[in-house]
Amino acid sequence: MNAARLTTSARAAITRFMHGENSGVRRAKRILPLMLSGPVVLAGCIQVDAPSEPIVIELNINIQSEVLVRLAEDAEGTIEENADIF
Amino acid sequence: MKQISMRKAWLVAAAGAMAITGLAGTAYAQRDPAYAEARASGKVGEKMDGYLGIVGTPTPELQRLVNDINIKRKAVYSEKARQAGATIEEYALTAGCIAISKTVPPEMYQGPRGEWLERTNAPPQRDSRCPA
Repeated sequence: MNAARLTTSARAAITRFMHGENSGVRRAKRILPLMLSGPVVLAGCIQVDAPSEPIVIELNINIQSEVLVRLAEDAEGTIEENADIF
Repeated sequence: MKQISMRKAWLVAAAGAMAITGLAGTAYAQRDPAYAEARASGKVGEKMDGYLGIVGTPTPELQRLVNDINIKRKAVYSEKARQAGATIEEYALTAGCIAISKTVPPEMYQGPRGEWLERTNAPPQRDSRCPA
């Protein structure tokens, strides 16, 4: 019958596990290659290219300009007081 | 008698030394010559985060100089930020804005996109949040 070959044959309704054939070792043997190949596949997907543009620094993006305005006078004085390190 | 005058001389010398160091402490200290030279030659520049950075290839000597200054700056920022009720980063960023404004040609400073720029007679390019 052609219809039967169109798709892969279905698993038996009763799994091997139920027959007690699927021991831990067998399962491990089956899963191991998958586990090993996982990282390899992932590594193949990630492409790291050196950026051609300089990296944009989004410095302290959460700091609002109002805070800087408030601190400006104070910081100005600090810089003058510590002229040796500025 | 001789012993007493010697003692007096010592006391005077000690007082003189204290006066001199005291003066040096209160008067706004000047930049260390090595630091002044590194700034003037553009080997170090003002970063926008409020700290000093090495512009070209780092050398152990430059790294030591920059680290030394940045540690001192951070100590100052920490104390002042605490007093002002701000975070160290907020205070340092504010100081960075001002320190960049205070650069003189041909010192180096970090532009808003992180690139090193040479200070010209024109106003420096600063972060948009910098106070006027």
